[in-house]
Amino acid sequence: MPDPEAVTGAQSLVRSLEEVGAEVVFGIPGGAILPAYDPLFDSPRVRHILVRHEQGAGHAAEGYAQATGKVGVCMATSGPGATNLVTPIADAYMDSVPIVAITGQVPSGAIGTDAFQEADICGITLPITKHNFLVQSAEDIPRVIAEAFHIASTGRPGPVLVDLPKDILQARTTFDWPPVLDLPGYRPTTRPHGKQVREAAKLMAAARRPVLYVGGGVLKARASDELRTLAEMSGVPVVTTLMARGAFPDSHPQHLGMPGMHGSVAAVTALQKADLLVVLGARFDDRVTGKLSTFAQGATVIHADIDPAEISKNRLADVPIVGNCREVIAELIVALKAEHAAGRQSDLTGWWRQLDRTRETYPLGYDDPPDGALAPQYVISRIGAIAGPEAVYVAGVGQHQMWASQFISYERPYTWLNSGGLGTMGYAVPAAMGAKVGRPEATVWAIDGDGCFQMTNQELATCALENIPIKVAVINNGNLGMVRQWQALFYEGRYSNTGLNTHARRIPDFVKLAEAFGCIGLRCETEGDVDATIEKAMAIDDRPVVVDFVVGQDAMVWPMVPAGTSNDEILAARDVRPVWDEDDV
Amino acid sequence: MSRHTLSVLVENKPGVLARVAGLFSRRGFNIDSLAVGPTENAAVSRMTIVVNADDLPLEQVTKQLNKLINVLKIVELESAQSVQRELVLIKVRADLTTRSHVLETVQLFRAKVVDVAPDAVTIEATGTTDKLAALIRVLEPFGIAELVQSGLVALGRGSRAITAPTALRSAV
Repeated sequence: MPDPEAVTGAQSLVRSLEEVGAEVVFGIPGGAILPAYDPLFDSPRVRHILVRHEQGAGHAAEGYAQATGKVGVCMATSGPGATNLVTPIADAYMDSVPIVAITGQVPSGAIGTDAFQEADICGITLPITKHNFLVQSAEDIPRVIAEAFHIASTGRPGPVLVDLPKDILQARTTFDWPPVLDLPGYRPTTRPHGKQVREAAKLMAAARRPVLYVGGGVLKARASDELRTLAEMSGVPVVTTLMARGAFPDSHPQHLGMPGMHGSVAAVTALQKADLLVVLGARFDDRVTGKLSTFAQGATVIHADIDPAEISKNRLADVPIVGNCREVIAELIVALKAEHAAGRQSDLTGWWRQLDRTRETYPLGYDDPPDGALAPQYVISRIGAIAGPEAVYVAGVGQHQMWASQFISYERPYTWLNSGGLGTMGYAVPAAMGAKVGRPEATVWAIDGDGCFQMTNQELATCALENIPIKVAVINNGNLGMVRQWQALFYEGRYSNTGLNTHARRIPDFVKLAEAFGCIGLRCETEGDVDATIEKAMAIDDRPVVVDFVVGQDAMVWPMVPAGTSNDEILAARDVRPVWDEDDV
Repeated sequence: MSRHTLSVLVENKPGVLARVAGLFSRRGFNIDSLAVGPTENAAVSRMTIVVNADDLPLEQVTKQLNKLINVLKIVELESAQSVQRELVLIKVRADLTTRSHVLETVQLFRAKVVDVAPDAVTIEATGTTDKLAALIRVLEPFGIAELVQSGLVALGRGSRAITAPTALRSAV
């Protein structure tokens, strides 16, 4: 065994990042983290990407993690550098994204004195991290970094923050790898309980109206193949939540689409009418359930999740299963085979007849704007059709996000990235940058709104300089579109502070903005130009491209379950409430 | 809502109390009483937390607590199966006319006098929450000048001990 190397704390940090396999760090230097940037400059294995705002570093780390399944890393200095990471850390916490945030801190002796650029970032991020560390001795650095990566990436993934006082980075220490992890209180359960799995299989074999309610946990567990096997052997309909789009092919006949506030009528109805919900790595989010007390009232619930705290949190589980979704589904397949072998399998023909009729009657669709403006849904569906199922799509938050979820066909896992739980406007551009760094061979499209885009577009400078050729479609309706939609529906069309003037006054001019950032800027205003513009953007791969798609401002996202109401109140389109046949099954 | 006593073994590290207390307030729980101290193992501290909560929210907060990396083990101590004690120090007005009555009360409750002044005595008492409440009720007419009460501490009855680290989720 080699002798420990004599190093500084900063060198120990960089060596630890190398050993733990971090290929890329998104960050910005500053006073307190400065010692770390010196050895980072020389690291042959860790690429540092200098972003323009720490929020961009955090979302880039998230995009990298969601596209690759590896831990994303971001770095910032103390005080404002660290507090600028708060939004992406909260975002990663809500969507269970494995990232490690490394922050500089004022020297140990100055902590608690309101020193220059001091902020208690461990205190601030306590409720939004899976765990955080304030390092108190340089010799702890390798262990803490190894623990941070282990905690971030195992069990239910999530963000971990490591705060490093400047004097600890400057201290002399030794580096020894691998360190011994010391986490006596951390033992995530990954193997499901066999008895629970058998009980679940029994219910699945007997159910007459079952639904597989699939959440992001299936993607986190890399269980798409297992899910497909389970779905096909059981014949059970599948719905995929916003966080699980791509976990099951959209083109698969058993896929009913996305459930929830803007879900398909078929998916929402299937859940409402089900007699059995097989919930895999999902968490009964309010955007899926609508008014909780009226959600799927007739259903027995099998709930599998790696986080025991999710089980029976919002909806009581009849069969709770704690475990990694891949292991749960694999065991469920075996148990269900045994049920089928024993001749127990219910006939789902009637259930499918009912669901097929619903999806034929209420397919996803949209009306062209009456004023002849370009339909945003058309633009997004054409991007999906031309870029294809191998591209990665990254959305911001709002109408364009819902349309991107609805009108692009996701056929593969890890091709759809978005901010689901926190709903962070500004996620798309930096997350797309992170995704492209992680998967440089893939075409990465950020589908953004004009509101979102104005929050984080400075990362286009990073993309242009660091050779990260992402493509950005700004679905420019000149407004904070989703908020405007709510004002149209619930505030008598009083459009208070939702107009952004990116149409009328063209402030900013997105084409000029793109060019100022060293990107190609394109504009498309008519349906006839859409395909040619997308093809043009697809042909450019040596620099980022921004397309300003000028679309109508009155398009709305449908279907919709108004907030706080029952899913039974779903509107397929404005003033169109589905009529249910009660004669089936 | 009912009263629950949670015995929580945690790693003896800086900031753990803030993590635990923050989790309760964040999830909408009010801590009735909290006692923290060292255990037979120097690396481990024990928190005894008393909360008023319904069973389902309590289960949720216990599960969330279990997710804290520094939490080693949680056990709910049922009052019948555990010994539960609090300590109280009470400064009571006691001049020549009332002092003998005060001292009589101290005797009855098996409390003791730990400080004496010409017009006051300070009483130390340990016991269950109910016993201490009764003592305070009886002393109140004499005039309570000052009072301090510890959080409740508790241990399960019998020879079995809660030790760390062992399997999690004992309380749910």
